Amino acid sequence: MDESGIEITELTKPYWDSLAGGKLSFQTCRACAHKWLPARDTCPNCLALDDYDWTPASGRGHVVSWVVYHTAFDPAFKARVPYNVAIVELAEGPRLITNLATPNETIKVGLAVDLAPEPRFNVTLPCFKPAS
Amino acid sequence: MRGKYVIAGIGHTAYGKLPGRTTVSMNVEATRNALRDAGIEKALVDAVLVKAPTSAREMVYGQLVSEALGVVPKWSFAVDQGGAANVSLISIACMGIEAGQCDVAVVCYADNPRTGNRAFMGRARTSEAGAFGWAAAAGGYGMIHQAHIAEYGTRPEDFAAIAMACRKHGATNPDAQLKAPLTLEAYLAAPFVVEPMRRDDICLVSDGAAALIIMSEKRARELKVPAPVPILGFGQGQTTTEVTQRPKLTESMAKVSAKTAFDMAGIGPKDVDAVQFYDCFTVVAMMALEEYGFCKPGQVGAFAREGRLEVGGDLPLNTSGGLLSETGMPGLQLVMEGVRQVRGTAANQVKNAGKVVVSNQGGQMQTHATLILGA
Repeated sequence: MDESGIEITELTKPYWDSLAGGKLSFQTCRACAHKWLPARDTCPNCLALDDYDWTPASGRGHVVSWVVYHTAFDPAFKARVPYNVAIVELAEGPRLITNLATPNETIKVGLAVDLAPEPRFNVTLPCFKPAS
Repeated sequence: MRGKYVIAGIGHTAYGKLPGRTTVSMNVEATRNALRDAGIEKALVDAVLVKAPTSAREMVYGQLVSEALGVVPKWSFAVDQGGAANVSLISIACMGIEAGQCDVAVVCYADNPRTGNRAFMGRARTSEAGAFGWAAAAGGYGMIHQAHIAEYGTRPEDFAAIAMACRKHGATNPDAQLKAPLTLEAYLAAPFVVEPMRRDDICLVSDGAAALIIMSEKRARELKVPAPVPILGFGQGQTTTEVTQRPKLTESMAKVSAKTAFDMAGIGPKDVDAVQFYDCFTVVAMMALEEYGFCKPGQVGAFAREGRLEVGGDLPLNTSGGLLSETGMPGLQLVMEGVRQVRGTAANQVKNAGKVVVSNQGGQMQTHATLILGA
């Protein structure tokens, strides 16, 4: 990551604004009700263009898979090694990449997690922690 | 088309560190060697099909290679399909010749990530991914490796068994970049890179090039090509979705690719004498063994520990060492080793290698292509 952080576009601004307010949102197609992340302006199911709403997620989900980086491919992460990266599937269906705020040895596939937004770089990231 | 087209010649550069060489220069060297192996003049070449170098993208790259080769082809293009591209190009060459579009095709690839630019191997795909430290191909394959452990209880020694078979074969291949055999103890003692993947789960980084000459069996006879190897079948399957979005991480479209190729060749897994399976990471070769129908999911480790994946076993894997030991080149070394096995000229020759199956795959298992060679 460089100094400029995450690139925010007209498309993704509602997503990052929602997270800044402590909520994670996903897109829902007005035409077919399909739900998805990451942000795109076309529905991956019915291909409708610019015809979606941003829907607040419950913040609940589970771990699909996870890894621990022992090498910092990006120098910006050198101080974090060893750090985890996980794929989380939201209760509503969409999936996203994330970091889990828990010791690496406590992570397993299927672990129930809750949203734990974390300010980092120029945004608030949708990180997760084990469900309480 | 079964057996109607052949690989007439193979050629490659040295593998490892080739400082100062351009990818175009390496493609020319490999193609010159392939033309010599086929015993034909370059003037016969009317198709130049190139897998685009990964480390540095250039526009109209197929034309740059054709120009350096001093040929004016009917067909020339570079494709981007990650590591599945070489086998895909072979199948495109066959179909192009079948359709009367061309007659003699070069399929080639060169790259120099070892002494040149390897930034692509470590970067994040988007700035959002980068904010989580979700960088490098190893991250995506690590997710698949972890999912395999969670689903099948796959143990470190099962992944080690793949690496150990490949490294054993590389140790006795004079062309191999890494000739050190691997013990289970050494595998387990090596550090994690992206856990659960250890150092020896991950392939080499290599400079180098390789090239093939494709033509019809009839043309090979007319030109008195000394050792043409028939192409019996090919297929493809595209998983397409990113690792994060894939419904099941332990399945790819390799199964569909393999079935398409097996059906075309009119054979099944039981008829195969050796496999050259893409092994950029150990889990990739493991899943190919499962999805092609050679082993039940989760059983590859036990299969390997019986010695069945080694030369002398009933399904030798990566007999020249694969990406883990011979060279990290994405795919053509596996095709060339398939050719050598069928010819009977391999350094680690399998007795009566009548049918050899090659897999190529790329992205983070988004793309897959299968090639079946045999007499």
